Amino acid sequence: MNAIGWPNWRSLNQEGIVFAIAVVLFAAAAIGLPGFIDPNNLVAIVRSVSVLGILALGMAIVIIGRGIDLSAVAIMAMSVAWYLQLLNSGTPDGLAFAYVLAGVLAIGLLNGFLVAYADVPAIFVTLATGSFVFGYVRSQLISQDAVPVPQGHWVELLGGLRFLDIPVEVFIFAGLAFVFFLFLRFTKWGRYIYFAGDNPVAARNIGIPVRPMLVLRYVLSAFVALIAGLLTAASLHSINTRIVNSTLLYDIVLVAVIGGIGLSGGRGGVRNVLVGAALIGILLNAMTIIDIPLLYQNLIKAAILLGAIIVDGFINPRDEQTAQQGDI
Amino acid sequence: MKIIRTFMAAAAVFAVSVFSAPSFAAEDPGPAAYSQALKGKRVMLIPMAMGFDLAQGWTHFLKKEVEAWGGTFETRDPNWVVDAGAQAITDAISSDTRPDVLIIHSPDLNSYAKLMKKAQAAGTYVLLVDNPANFPADAFVGSDWDRLGQLEAEAAIKGCGPNSSKKLGLVQGDQANSSSLYQYAGIMKVLEKNPDFKVVAKPDSNWDATTSRNVTTTMLQQNPDICAIIDFWDGDATGAAAAIRDAKLEGKVFLVTTGGGEKTADCDKLQDGTYGAVVMTDLARQSGDMNAIIKFLLQSGQPAGTSKTYIYTLEKATTKADLKPDSCWDLKALQAETAK
Repeated sequence: MNAIGWPNWRSLNQEGIVFAIAVVLFAAAAIGLPGFIDPNNLVAIVRSVSVLGILALGMAIVIIGRGIDLSAVAIMAMSVAWYLQLLNSGTPDGLAFAYVLAGVLAIGLLNGFLVAYADVPAIFVTLATGSFVFGYVRSQLISQDAVPVPQGHWVELLGGLRFLDIPVEVFIFAGLAFVFFLFLRFTKWGRYIYFAGDNPVAARNIGIPVRPMLVLRYVLSAFVALIAGLLTAASLHSINTRIVNSTLLYDIVLVAVIGGIGLSGGRGGVRNVLVGAALIGILLNAMTIIDIPLLYQNLIKAAILLGAIIVDGFINPRDEQTAQQGDI
Repeated sequence: MKIIRTFMAAAAVFAVSVFSAPSFAAEDPGPAAYSQALKGKRVMLIPMAMGFDLAQGWTHFLKKEVEAWGGTFETRDPNWVVDAGAQAITDAISSDTRPDVLIIHSPDLNSYAKLMKKAQAAGTYVLLVDNPANFPADAFVGSDWDRLGQLEAEAAIKGCGPNSSKKLGLVQGDQANSSSLYQYAGIMKVLEKNPDFKVVAKPDSNWDATTSRNVTTTMLQQNPDICAIIDFWDGDATGAAAAIRDAKLEGKVFLVTTGGGEKTADCDKLQDGTYGAVVMTDLARQSGDMNAIIKFLLQSGQPAGTSKTYIYTLEKATTKADLKPDSCWDLKALQAETAK
């Protein structure tokens, strides 16, 4: 705001722009589309982006620390597929879950170790581990793409949980968003992520444990992926590993980047994820109500991602201080 | 009497000498010709992916048959990636052990047309299975998707009943795969004959269960009085089922889908009421059809690319009421059998 009360357009950042677009879209849909403003539809919108939003929270933490995690979807689908396969073949629940949890944490540690200590660019490490996780689990541990949840198992019951008629994943998304917000905003390690993402060398010089923290971020991202996978299986009563081939991974990056989390690191937070998820949720819901074919939906989504990245380039320009070899 | 007895004895001796003597020497020429034409022939199946019920069922039945007549059976797994499938076909054609028969499960109408032509030019018979393509293959074995769509629409109309809202929702696959396009055409044909039934929404799931759930949720939100939904594949219809369950419309919305007739995918879900009707493919018979046409082509002496046969599998809409113990085949049982 300047002296005469007009918003200062030059200080408008990407988050603001996307938020404005989301509000305009919301208003237009509320007026133009019958049934859009219905409370149940609004709940459905939030729910449809819950799993996406949870994955985007994990991605956000990695991106803020100047990294990227392309293995998130593979970890999400394959860990849960393996878990369900173990259950279906009679492994006790506790033991099966312990195996899977250990596997997920191991992949997170491997990602983090290779990026932090072996100095391999994150984009290559996670691309490779994602393919490895998919290939190994698909070929060695499970027998087909879709693995059903055993009848009456807690994962199935979780999917049916409602509070005030609102599905449980909405609360889990909200809860995780709040925890991540607290972590990023109020804990020492949370604040360090911004320093490390903004300028890793300087962060290390002032004594921040940059490398162990990097490992932590990839472990967090892997763990969040497991939660997202469990919620997906809970709702559908099965998990289909075909999702690894889908555009979900790009949608996660889309949600994080479109909300204004700069790919060059050090900027953004939970609010950006929420804004990005809101825009995508409203957009997809409105396009489905209007009955736009999927091909065009993808085109529109892709055009918006491209626009957001271009705007990001203008608003968060890279300079010699922050650019680095192997930067994404 | 004596003369009659003598005559009968003579007749018996005659009969034995005339009818049984040649049987020591006579040999049916069939098996030798059969074995000569088929022995050592290579059959390769390239489905869209190996990880789903249809591909695993075909593999099980075909492998058993092909190996029984002395051929070799191989599969390739493109894992839903069109390029990987193209690579597999290219490699197969140019390898030293070029297959004599290539069975292709085409992901869309056009992608593999050129490659299939190349395969035929090299002398490999090309069979299309399940998904038709714009290509004159030596044989197509699979569903008549138009007819299948009609069966689905008829089942949906029956599921709705005459006193319902007569509103239908469709969850299509995508706009490229022939099975989705032809299914839609078939459904529309039936609806033309039943003009009081209307399609109120027809989103795509892109064959993904989560997308199917989200679009179905929106569809039911907008039209809570929908009486039936047709989801184009049982692989993603679990999503539509979840949306119906979440909207507490179980028993009110009749869900129709189609699949390969696998027990956990289809029959169990008909039994527990998740699906109202499933148009199921008789997979064992479909595999048997493939095997028969392969054996015919290999013995016919006809050059690859000169015949054009359509062998449509018999389809039937199955509901809970007409479920029988043998309505489905059991993937787990087949896998256990193979593992032995």
